[in-house]
Amino acid sequence: MKRLLPVAPYLWLAAFVLLPCLITLKISLSSPATAQPPYLPVLDWSAGIDGWGAFLEALDFANFETLAGDSLYRDAALSSLLYAGMATAILVILGTPVAHALARSPARLQPLLVALVIVPFWSSFLIRIYAWIAILKPEGLLNAGLIWAGLIARPLDILNTPAAVMIGLTYAYLPFMVLPLYAVLSRLDPTLTEAAADLGASPARAFWTVTLPLARPGIVAGALLCFIPMVGEFIIPDLLGGSDTLMLGRVLWSEFFSNRDWPLASAVAVLLLVLIVGPIVLFRDAERERGEVGR
Amino acid sequence: MAPFLTLERLTKTFGTHDAVADVSLDMPSGEILCLLGPSGCGKSTLLRLIAGFEAPTGGSIHLDGTDLTGLAPHRRPVNMMFQSYALFPHLSVARNIGYGLKGLGRAAASARVDELLRLVRLEGFGNRAPETLSGGQRQRVALARALAREPKMLLLDEPLGALDRGLREQTQGELRAIQRRLGTAFIIVTHDPSEAMALADRIGVMDKGRLVQIGRPETLYERPVNRFVAGLLGDVNLIPGTVRDADGALVRVETALGPVLALGEGAPAAGAPALVALRPERLSTSSADGDRNALDGHVEASTYLGDRIRLQIRMVDGSTIRATLPAGAGLASGAPVRLSFAPDAATVMAA
Repeated sequence: MKRLLPVAPYLWLAAFVLLPCLITLKISLSSPATAQPPYLPVLDWSAGIDGWGAFLEALDFANFETLAGDSLYRDAALSSLLYAGMATAILVILGTPVAHALARSPARLQPLLVALVIVPFWSSFLIRIYAWIAILKPEGLLNAGLIWAGLIARPLDILNTPAAVMIGLTYAYLPFMVLPLYAVLSRLDPTLTEAAADLGASPARAFWTVTLPLARPGIVAGALLCFIPMVGEFIIPDLLGGSDTLMLGRVLWSEFFSNRDWPLASAVAVLLLVLIVGPIVLFRDAERERGEVGR
Repeated sequence: MAPFLTLERLTKTFGTHDAVADVSLDMPSGEILCLLGPSGCGKSTLLRLIAGFEAPTGGSIHLDGTDLTGLAPHRRPVNMMFQSYALFPHLSVARNIGYGLKGLGRAAASARVDELLRLVRLEGFGNRAPETLSGGQRQRVALARALAREPKMLLLDEPLGALDRGLREQTQGELRAIQRRLGTAFIIVTHDPSEAMALADRIGVMDKGRLVQIGRPETLYERPVNRFVAGLLGDVNLIPGTVRDADGALVRVETALGPVLALGEGAPAAGAPALVALRPERLSTSSADGDRNALDGHVEASTYLGDRIRLQIRMVDGSTIRATLPAGAGLASGAPVRLSFAPDAATVMAA
């Protein structure tokens, strides 16, 4: 038992991360079939080494060729990256002042305010997104409020548009941006901003030249924490977006459940993984380089 | 000459606690003023009020004819050197020093940074990151950065507090030399009496938010106004008694050790209880002639310190008095001894 303890995390990762990835990868190289499970080949354990040979021979990259050949998948991938990228940018712009205000609030209020950021997690994600339908629909809360205030004469079409998807993404992921940023900002030495002010910097210049550069690790962590799940987000585009809202999560869902094409769905999943991991690796390397020379 | 800095009835209250209470002081330009006191006495808060990081609850701050009281910190012509140095970790040494030189233009700013690096003897360190410097080097970067904007007044919060003993004494000398060269007024906050004595033109002693006494180091040492100041600046014997009468500047006090004549500017009226404050090194064993005071006792303990000896003397009433005498006085334990001191070597204060 004692000898098992140091390797336990690796066993965990192997069982619940690596193995599922390998299974997905394997299915993505298979072909669809009207069978149970709905793909071929299936490894015949009783056939021994010959079984393995037949199994490996039957695997091919046909699904990835389909992905590359059909503009639907390329468009979905690009649009997913675009939605996630834009939402991340909005989240950075919205989340930074929120986290800054949190970190600057009186120390005895901070636990309460942080709790308020987390409170939405106590209700179901699905229900919260459904609630946005009630807010955004033509006769919903938002339109009723705007009409009441005299700002608009007729209801705006927000629901089932890209705008609704952006609103949903921003709403759902704001805590993931605020919390890591808050963690960094609250540990920032307040005498640093005092020193900036003392040296003649206006509050705005102190924020841009001292607080923001030092908050970078928090911004990076928050941005990754939001960007990654948003690229594959399914519920928000499905409930709030129109039928033309193209995101990989939705494509994946329809391949899997509507078309029952597990291999193609798996190929989309693999594509999603590559799309996310690639930029992160590049980003992290750039960050590391910056940390070493950027003075 | 009109005072350069004037604090008038400055008060800062946190909740119900008076961090700074009714402090008034005048300071000429070019002076080093040390604010001395134990932690929590309000000296750092006073500094932060002058820098503008705290808004006073009452009173005003005038510097060189300008009212600073309501001004934001970034608009005040004073700079602060922080106790933690507060160097920007993401900027190089040169960019730290040049941070406040925004309005100067690139070439002029870089020339000024070079000049400051020379002033604090850190030539060639401009491109280093603060975290790669030693404590003493960081301290000098902080000083250079605070001096960059040629402030009318420099505020230093425990500037030598983070340095070790040997470096501290060397740095004291450098700090004083730089101040003499630039002629900038310095206010230095410290809890170390010997540092205050070594650095200051004048010392302001603070206790519980109040400015208890302000004056030249020798005045505070020789003529403390109360037992707090007396004890803060060095070892002192306090002999309780009752004021009998005044004789010009001198006051006669009746004590359990006999009558004592001492200086008594701030002495209470006749009949009131008083303390005679007497520094150990002002005592001698030479015979009491003229109007010198004499105290009798016998040696209880003696410590040889090379250049001098420290004696603990049991007096006739059972109290002890500490005396520091030149080495070679040759007093054995238990030997009877008569200590004498001139009236102007001791101060009478209210008990």
